[in-house]
Amino acid sequence: MSDDSRTRSSEITPESVYRSRREFLAGLAGAGALAVAPPASTQELMNVTLVERLQFKPNARYSTSEKANSFAEVSGYNNFYEFGTGKEDPAANAHRLRPRPWSVLVDGECGRPGRVALEDLTGPHALEERIYRLRCVEAWSMVIPWIGFPLGDLVKRFEPTSRAKYLEFTTLQDPKQMPGQRYGVLDWPYVEGLRMDEAMHPLAILAVGLYGKPLPNQNGAPLRLVVPWKYGFKSIKSIVRIRFTERMPATSWALSAPREYGFFANVNPDVDHPRWSQKSERRIGSSSFLTRQPTMKFNGYAAEVAGLYRGMDLARNF
Amino acid sequence: MNADFLVRRIAKPLVFLLCLLPAAWLVAAIIALQTGGIAGWQPTSLGANPVEKIQDTLGIWGLRLLLVTLAVTPLRVIGGWPRLLAFRRMLGLFAFFYIVLHFLWYLFVDQAFDWPQLLADVAKRPFITAGFTAFVLLVPLAATSTQAAMRRLGRRWQELHRLIYPAAILGCVHFWWQVKADIREPVVYAAIAAILLGWRLWRHRRLRAAAAGQASSVAGTRRPGAERNTSQNQQPTGARPPVHAFAEQPPAEQ
Repeated sequence: MSDDSRTRSSEITPESVYRSRREFLAGLAGAGALAVAPPASTQELMNVTLVERLQFKPNARYSTSEKANSFAEVSGYNNFYEFGTGKEDPAANAHRLRPRPWSVLVDGECGRPGRVALEDLTGPHALEERIYRLRCVEAWSMVIPWIGFPLGDLVKRFEPTSRAKYLEFTTLQDPKQMPGQRYGVLDWPYVEGLRMDEAMHPLAILAVGLYGKPLPNQNGAPLRLVVPWKYGFKSIKSIVRIRFTERMPATSWALSAPREYGFFANVNPDVDHPRWSQKSERRIGSSSFLTRQPTMKFNGYAAEVAGLYRGMDLARNF
Repeated sequence: MNADFLVRRIAKPLVFLLCLLPAAWLVAAIIALQTGGIAGWQPTSLGANPVEKIQDTLGIWGLRLLLVTLAVTPLRVIGGWPRLLAFRRMLGLFAFFYIVLHFLWYLFVDQAFDWPQLLADVAKRPFITAGFTAFVLLVPLAATSTQAAMRRLGRRWQELHRLIYPAAILGCVHFWWQVKADIREPVVYAAIAAILLGWRLWRHRRLRAAAAGQASSVAGTRRPGAERNTSQNQQPTGARPPVHAFAEQPPAEQ
């Protein structure tokens, strides 16, 4: 799997991070990154990030009409233990992450393995906006306008073999960039996985942005999974590796507490977490400050995805 | 200006105000949230999930003050500061104050009157069972915190108020079982509780042994319950350490 032509992004010197960002953005949608003056400092670079826009088409079919959470809520209240276990830790610490240059190792049971620069990985895919519900296993929820593309389209490009039954994803491991990894709260690096039919489902996407902008670091820049019918912890962030496997991957939370978190982790009001109820949830956002709302099976996506689990005991395969 | 005056008129009001600070912070933050910000307070100071933030803040201050209350006796004895006892009731009642608010917040806001859900939670979820039990254990302590109740109950007052020990343990367990994976913070609280309770156990054993030694040297043979009688008779607060580890005079407050 010598792939020299594809490693160029990872070799870009730090000085040209900004240029690579512009190339990445231009590459993402063919054209369309807003031209901005080069910044003088890191702080300016971060401000610039906020005005860059991605080019995308709204996907109404797979978007909810529910009111989306504000950008401040989506980017200020996160579970991303790599940056600390408090909800506000990721926003406070994620500036250490350098999402460019970035590359992803694709390997395992597929015809075209290799290390792929992020722009080459995402470049061929047209971006869509998908406004999804996100239900955390901790019984809170948000509505988020993601920018991304179907995971299944990417999977096909790498030509999985007949032995590829699962997809395993790995988050970056680098305690310098991710200070939360200095503590063994979880067995780093973070690993998640999907069954192949789940990965091919049109609702499963890889996201590169939200609210029309590149992903904030605390939301899993530069590339994350979004699987809206599963609890949030399945939607792994800052992905550096995608592996096709024959066996079910050992995933981080299932390893950490097998009694509490399973591989499937489908949102299900009928199957409680051993320590708390999953029947209802609190929608983050001031208008619903004091009320809980009932949790929907498969987070409201049952019509689309229930068929994937026909004949399975969801109480056992939680 | 004598020491009594300092404690009663300066230190106690000061500690009272300090204990109120977390509640005052929450009230200001809630007002800011409802009004869109007041004088330096952002409407977002409670974060994106204010219900959870308020719940957690009330709970953690309840536990902190419970442990501070438990620290009074060790500090008083080890540090030789008998006057600390004057603060114990106030600290204990403030702990109860935050724990009651924590419980009421869960009852009326978090669960929002969903009684069937609530009852199922108390029975089925060990961390809620632990927290609820701790709260229930503290109710009689708060109810008998008056001078009149102390006089009425006499020695039984002390026995009753030992319920703070299981309540503190259950409070730590409640915190520990509630976190998903990061146990660093609950470990700190559990360690502090273990030290405060362990010290009492250690002192209890040591004084028992000393009393037994004394009893046998006086009477030739060891009488069962000798140290117990000693502890009943030896009551003056602070100046002399009571022989029985747990036998402490109810706070002699004005």
